[in-house]
Amino acid sequence: MSRYFAPAIAISTGLLVLLGYFLPLGSLAGLRVVIVHWAVVLSGAAVFVGVLNLLSVHVKKIRTKEKNNIYSLLLIASLLFTLVLGMISGSNSSIMSNIFNTIILPVEASLMAIMAVTLIYASIRLLRKRNDLMSIVFLSVAVLVMLGSAPLPFIQLPLFGDLIRPKIVNVFATSGARGILIGVALGTLLTGLRVLMGVDRPYGGK
Amino acid sequence: MPLPALAGLILVAFSAVLLIGLFLLKDRVKASFRKIPAFSKFNKSIGTAVENGTRIHFSLGSADIVRPRTAASFSAISVLRRIVEMAATSDAPPVATAGDASLAILSQDSLRTAYRAAGADQQYQADSGRVTGLTPFSYAAATLSTIYDEDISSHSIMGGFGAEVGLLTDATERNDSFTLAAADSLPAQAVLFASVEDPLIGEDLYVSGAYLNAGRAHMVSVFVQDTLRWLIVLVLLGGATMKLLAGLL
Repeated sequence: MSRYFAPAIAISTGLLVLLGYFLPLGSLAGLRVVIVHWAVVLSGAAVFVGVLNLLSVHVKKIRTKEKNNIYSLLLIASLLFTLVLGMISGSNSSIMSNIFNTIILPVEASLMAIMAVTLIYASIRLLRKRNDLMSIVFLSVAVLVMLGSAPLPFIQLPLFGDLIRPKIVNVFATSGARGILIGVALGTLLTGLRVLMGVDRPYGGK
Repeated sequence: MPLPALAGLILVAFSAVLLIGLFLLKDRVKASFRKIPAFSKFNKSIGTAVENGTRIHFSLGSADIVRPRTAASFSAISVLRRIVEMAATSDAPPVATAGDASLAILSQDSLRTAYRAAGADQQYQADSGRVTGLTPFSYAAATLSTIYDEDISSHSIMGGFGAEVGLLTDATERNDSFTLAAADSLPAQAVLFASVEDPLIGEDLYVSGAYLNAGRAHMVSVFVQDTLRWLIVLVLLGGATMKLLAGLL
């Protein structure tokens, strides 16, 4: 039954939302908003299922004594601690905000900082792995743009900040980015159409 | 109706007609794609993973299903389904990680369907499709443990990513495993260009189904994508010429 039911629901709701977007007639536009709200609610409920999935994966890791299962234990303890605290104090409380601002935010900022180091290392490796013209162009442009944007102590490089960097960023990079984005937009359109036609079913069912 | 909306509607309708028309032409449309080495290397790495009994990892990104970036996730799920169908007999089940709960549920559904299609229902494990983190960086950080600890030899890092994708590709590189990587955002593509041997740039992410033989619809959609691209090129050139002529006259 679900073999036909799921695609029928997916295709009909997809078409309604698409038509509601292009033809903003009273009832159609209203229906589109209602369906999108349902999707948001379902997506919220999915987070709960996702957390249960996360728990089950890590409980299994501890039970089967997998490698580095101490981290799984830490994850479960932190998750339960935050959950209990959130339920007692409320999700908008200052304790929850503090947890977010003093743990999650700095950790993510640190990861971003690690990314900078990782990228420098990857750029050095690039020439070793792929020693071609495009790699040389890529790295040269990166260096030129950095010289034009980085605040250097004591000196100010002429031309880089005033001429070369703006030319690269505003002309070459923007036109290239637009070209890539047109390709991405066409890919997105065709992927959406495949899903709407039911030939591509990311929701399962053959 | 406003002009941009009308133009959009015409583009969508034209693409749909072209897609359906070419799909119905069946074998009269012959496939001839440019060579993308990443896909042939990926196919080879899948074979090696099945032979060695190592795992295949699908990193699906953090794009949720209620935003325009969903298409990238859907493309990644198509790849997952196709590859799991091919590698269903492997001793080590493939693992899919997602940075969004709804995407993880879809990946579980696709894994189950792929195993069923391959006649290997008993191989399916519910924890093969999992959420590892709910923000882009927490997802990337938590996926690192999957990359390092789960005996993986082939990675498909495709979907909605930002610059955090660099953490994942750096880990796969250190692990000496093959990585097929593509993302929908420009910062992620720039990071991938620097960190992966054969990155997929731009619309390559959306043609992966055609290159991995996921079905006729994928092949036809590449034709439509190419046709539309040429049309857009002609429109842009026409517009530029007209503007130039208007300036000269």
